[in-house]
Amino acid sequence: MSETNCRTAYGKTLVELGRENKNIVALEADLGKSTMSSLFEAEFPERHFEMGIAEANMASTAAGLALAGKIPFIHSFAVFAAGRDYDQLRQTVGIGGLKVRVCGSSAGLSDFSDGSTHQSVEDIALMRAIPGMTVICPADANETVAAVKAMVDIDGPAYIRICRNPIELITEENKPFEIGKPYIMKDGSDIALFATGIMVTKALEAAKALEGEISVRVINVPTLKPINRNLMIEVAKGCRGVVTAEEHSLIGGLGSIVSVMLSEECKPIGFVGIHDQYGCSAHNYEELLEYYGLTTEKVIEKVREINKIAK
Amino acid sequence: MSYDAETIKKLNEMAKTLRRDVVEMVGPGQAGHFGGSFSSAELITALYFSKMHYDPKNPKLADRDRFLLSKGHVAVIQYAAMARAGYFPVEELSTLKKIGSRLQGHPDVKKLPGIEANTGSLGQGLSIALGISLGLKLDNLPSRVYVLIGDGELDEGQIWEGAMAAANFKADNLVAIVDRNRIQATDFTAKRMDSGDIPAKWAAFGWNVIEIDGHDMEAVLAAYDEAETVKGKPTVIIANTVKGKGLSFAENTAAYHNGTLTEELYAKALEELK
Repeated sequence: MSETNCRTAYGKTLVELGRENKNIVALEADLGKSTMSSLFEAEFPERHFEMGIAEANMASTAAGLALAGKIPFIHSFAVFAAGRDYDQLRQTVGIGGLKVRVCGSSAGLSDFSDGSTHQSVEDIALMRAIPGMTVICPADANETVAAVKAMVDIDGPAYIRICRNPIELITEENKPFEIGKPYIMKDGSDIALFATGIMVTKALEAAKALEGEISVRVINVPTLKPINRNLMIEVAKGCRGVVTAEEHSLIGGLGSIVSVMLSEECKPIGFVGIHDQYGCSAHNYEELLEYYGLTTEKVIEKVREINKIAK
Repeated sequence: MSYDAETIKKLNEMAKTLRRDVVEMVGPGQAGHFGGSFSSAELITALYFSKMHYDPKNPKLADRDRFLLSKGHVAVIQYAAMARAGYFPVEELSTLKKIGSRLQGHPDVKKLPGIEANTGSLGQGLSIALGISLGLKLDNLPSRVYVLIGDGELDEGQIWEGAMAAANFKADNLVAIVDRNRIQATDFTAKRMDSGDIPAKWAAFGWNVIEIDGHDMEAVLAAYDEAETVKGKPTVIIANTVKGKGLSFAENTAAYHNGTLTEELYAKALEELK
């Protein structure tokens, strides 16, 4: 698939899965043309439920469908999918351990135009806090395809965060995807650079720009929960310092995860992410990412800074 | 369908048994949801001991009817019904809320077979019931879904999202029962949040509305039967009830919404429910 848009990749994959598994159903809160659940609706109208602009009801209805043996995928913008129906996901889906799949679309700052109310800076933190919830943030469209396929069989609830805008393809098509596994994208020996979602691209660019100066190991972390401490320690082994990069609040996101997982490793850790603040409107995505310091240049700066203090 | 006097008498006796079970289960000195349990005793008895198709030995029976307790705080009366129906030994009722017990303060689907969903975060049971009813329809199963909602719970906005959606999807295998006992946690509903003309509201949302005396066993059964004949829309039964019904000192007061019985009142309760 040469598809670079994660949303389209998501929608096409859901259709593909729907052909293989009749128990898969989709619920939408009137954003189907954005989340691309519209593709599923077109092919399986009887298994698609348009719930109107009522996310809470959508999440609880999905819980009921799961209790009736279905595998429901629910859709909205990430800020609503994780926020508006947090209680429903916690109380019935989470406690019940139900196989509801939550698609948080237009995640992070990717809905650049709509501003703070429509941008999710804390969805990973919210979803990770629910016991038993799997949380995935793919780096590009290829990984989105692989992740959505892997989500189907998870025994319990799962959340996936999808970027609204095209991302350069950096992962291989049809590469095996294992829930919970961090992937070394480029080897290096000085700094372990952990990144998730759109920041993986920027991490790779930073590592390339630093070649000959600092040897940077780039680690893609598409699964933010469950996280295996040993695996996280293993992929950072040998590096003197650590940097994390995410399009999410530093509270409860990848930076928090890496800090906890490597807490006994005594390596300096630097963070690139959103500093306890909301998003805002912009004319384009790149401009907004720059405003919040989510750029290749900022990653390079942080790697240099950590490299300097790392013994 | 008509019911003979003997059947009605037996069901009324069962409702009394469940009330007594609740008193014994909670015991003296512990807080328990007597008020809302007792207002819904007949509504629940009629489902478990007459109306619903299920097999306590096979709680996952594919074509079973489903019961969801949206007002999950009265789990005690559902536990009593389930024990008496054979899901588990009556003796297990004494484990209520003990660490490790399957009988949690609110129904838990992972702990107790026969519970259909985790409910009790108010306002959500109707939506969950709708999801189950949609799933049953996809599988062409004839099962019916019953969900018991408190009248205080109607304050929650999600109830009305669910009501709109159930009518939209023509969920005629779904029956909502509103336990209209007119008292919520701290006072009369009319004082806390006046929900106005409840039957008119549900009718406006596109539901078939039946209003009954929720303690009249024959009327309760007739309402469940009538709901079964209505096609193309869901049915809501507005059951006018008395909070704390059956205990003289607990009737029509918010004090026993989640109240504690002294040793003296505990003995009095058991005496009244003989």
